[in-house]
Amino acid sequence: MPVTLRLPTVLAKSAGGQTVHEATGGTVGAVIDDVTSRHPELASRLRGPDGKPYPYVIFYLDDEDIRFQQGFATPVADGAEIVVVPAIAGG
Amino acid sequence: MSSSATARADAQRRGPRLAPLTCRLCGAPSAPSAVAVCERCLGPLEPAYDPHRRLPTRAEIEARPETMWRYLEWLPFLDAPVVSLDVGFTPLVDSPALARALGVHRALVKNDAASHPTFSFKDRVVASALNAALGLGLDTVGCASTGNLANAVAAQAARAGLAAWIFIPEDLEIGKIVGTAVYGPRLVRVKGTYDDVNRLCAQVADRFGFGLVNLNLRSYYGEGSKTMAFEIGEQLGWRTPDAIIAPMAGGSLVTKLDKGFRELRTAGLLDGPAPRVYGAQATGCAPIVNLVESGGEQIVPVQPRTIARSLAIGNPADGRFAAKAIRESGGAAAAVTDEELVAGIRLLAETTGVFGETAAGVTVASALKLARAGALRPSDELVLCVTGNGLKTVEAVLPALPESPVVAPKLREVAALVERSR
Repeated sequence: MPVTLRLPTVLAKSAGGQTVHEATGGTVGAVIDDVTSRHPELASRLRGPDGKPYPYVIFYLDDEDIRFQQGFATPVADGAEIVVVPAIAGG
Repeated sequence: MSSSATARADAQRRGPRLAPLTCRLCGAPSAPSAVAVCERCLGPLEPAYDPHRRLPTRAEIEARPETMWRYLEWLPFLDAPVVSLDVGFTPLVDSPALARALGVHRALVKNDAASHPTFSFKDRVVASALNAALGLGLDTVGCASTGNLANAVAAQAARAGLAAWIFIPEDLEIGKIVGTAVYGPRLVRVKGTYDDVNRLCAQVADRFGFGLVNLNLRSYYGEGSKTMAFEIGEQLGWRTPDAIIAPMAGGSLVTKLDKGFRELRTAGLLDGPAPRVYGAQATGCAPIVNLVESGGEQIVPVQPRTIARSLAIGNPADGRFAAKAIRESGGAAAAVTDEELVAGIRLLAETTGVFGETAAGVTVASALKLARAGALRPSDELVLCVTGNGLKTVEAVLPALPESPVVAPKLREVAALVERSR
């Protein structure tokens, strides 16, 4: 069963105009790689030059911030949902 | 945009024209919109001011009404605002007793506990955001809030005739829930922390196109905070204080205070050097203090555990900018325990006659800590920003107050009390 990746509208232009993508991968990082292999323009907005999550977005795996888990190495179960949110909010 | 599209946009617009935006990271320009991040790099967008615009003199500003709008040239609008015209210009209270307690030359309290209409500095940012919402032709606004912002959006949206969707953590202080619900918004209590609410609201803004003031209207919202700095400068006789301390939640206020003083100094309206900026948090949620102390570049988020609910943001959006402003100004940051913040609330009340909420307790207690550590100087003129009213968070301070005696309406019972008090 594939994983669902939900992007914010501001990133949809770089992803074929779609905010919802189905993907596969055993970790959050692998799912991101799967989607960015189809939409290369998206890659630099999801993964920083150091290979870690791009600092201006936050990744939530089934509503949990992956920074409180194992980052891109966090395991992903079949049917999971990854939500990407711009890191601008709060206060 | 075609001429017919421009005409349609003008017809929908009920508010002022807005300043264009520019990316704080990559510098890319962006037209005014309800989007707060750069399409190119996802950096934060901020208003771009025309460097050639005519700026008012001190005398011209002084002749304007005593509201935050007397500094319109430094706010992101090209026309006059149309709603929330009476917000701002709160008292700057000189407090010799607080100065003595802190061991500084002079202490002044910028008292936004007296802010109109909802008793917190959030009235300022919401006034700015709602004018932006009207300028963009939006009819529904909202926010993710720890309480004060919810109050301000609900009240100001009600009188502006805008629909409001307000999202808060389910377990906020009762005063903040009632102080929102009474204005008749769609109030949604979310099971989770503020950071959960915030994530949900980012998705809500994207899905439904609401103008959520601290999310997709954030570029216009945040600029309202600068008016606190503008007022302090004017109230001091058009000069800067030596130092200023403010509470930190998302980190925006500290950043905007620094920016506000810089802008008026650059315009030649404020005398004196840029103030040192100090930030205050509770130890149970101190990601920005941690960043200032570690010297790092990126916020490490935390899971908040503090009674200072208005500061309980574990993932502060402007944290790195706040840390940068503090470091570059020569200031510092401090965190205090819940017990210390309650003592801070009482110290402020007993020395100054101002009842601040938990965030004010954090600010006063942090100032005390910084003064004792030598980070504040005995010669300093210090401004403490009180950002919200204590009547909203009475739960925090009630257990620490002495029990009041109950007497029969007889003079001899009062005489006994007076005798015992001697």
